Amino acid sequence: MKDFSELNAIQLDALKEISNIGAGNAATSLSLMLGRKIDMSVPKANIAPFNQIMNYLGGAESEVAGGYMRVDGESPMGILFLIPKDQVYFFIDLIFGQPLGTTQDLNEMHFSALKEIVNILAGSYLNALSAFTQQVYSPSVPALAIDMAGAILGDVLQQIGEFSDYALVIENVFIEQERHINGHFFLLPEPKTLELLLRTLGVL
Amino acid sequence: MTTEPIKVGMADLRAAPAPLTLITTGLGSCVGVCLWDPIMKVGGLAHIMLPDSTQSRSIQNKAKYADTGVTLLIEEMVKLGAVKSRLVAKIAGGAQMFNFPGASNVMRIGERNTEAVKKCLEQEKIRILAEDTGGNFGRTIEFSTTDGQLLIKTISKGEKVV
Repeated sequence: MKDFSELNAIQLDALKEISNIGAGNAATSLSLMLGRKIDMSVPKANIAPFNQIMNYLGGAESEVAGGYMRVDGESPMGILFLIPKDQVYFFIDLIFGQPLGTTQDLNEMHFSALKEIVNILAGSYLNALSAFTQQVYSPSVPALAIDMAGAILGDVLQQIGEFSDYALVIENVFIEQERHINGHFFLLPEPKTLELLLRTLGVL
Repeated sequence: MTTEPIKVGMADLRAAPAPLTLITTGLGSCVGVCLWDPIMKVGGLAHIMLPDSTQSRSIQNKAKYADTGVTLLIEEMVKLGAVKSRLVAKIAGGAQMFNFPGASNVMRIGERNTEAVKKCLEQEKIRILAEDTGGNFGRTIEFSTTDGQLLIKTISKGEKVV
């Protein structure tokens, strides 16, 4: 396989399926952390050239909190969790068990808490992936940025830019019904990781 | 301005004559290169993603790299009547959005992008009139082909025109 653009429908479905299981695991973790029911959308797998990928984000300029982890080694990939900035405060209140509306600004402790959420989400997701592929994934510590969605995703995509003109973005949306929190979870495999995944799933 | 700005995506470039405006949103560690011919009033904008095409396996998209992107942008502008020797440049971006503990050279990509772009402009003998690079925040830039002014918008640091 030379490029992401060559993936067929069956391969995309297989990727969505493992992503669904991974995100299901992550949603359960999130639900336990927040003490709330968390629903999940049907995963989307998009392949697009870089100049179009921002369209999937609903505005490159929207302000978001982005937690990013890298997985190095045999299966390099990026994991990115995005939450709209205005919904981050609600997250923080839930985590710290405060009345909703308490948090109005973010401090170092909140940053650590958000990083920990990303850590736990990515861990649950990767555990599910490990069960399928019999591979051990060791992610980096999470890094956090609060800024334009495009700038954050752009930095993550650069890793793939060295190998391809296209990116495969597998997206899961977590939904908290009462307050309509949308967390976007992105899995960004590098081409050789993708090949490994597809082979393990028997669709290559 | 009555016309819609022309959007330039990531790893993409566009050239346009006055009175059009070129815009690229959400520059993080990518670098936006704006070139302008003040006489013909032709402008160009490239959203550069990586520093060096020679380090890469596939170079189908020349706009992605600093070295090939700057050259291609000049070519596109010359097609619209710009004269290379008259071109001037303004650059923005090259931030570092994420701060990993013990970050390797690979993670300093914003800085490397900026350096690479400057080197290419120097080789092409194009003078840099303004630069707004570095930091840890995203930028959206809007370049006027009419007067060569560059509007830089950020979330945390406000707006400015260079």
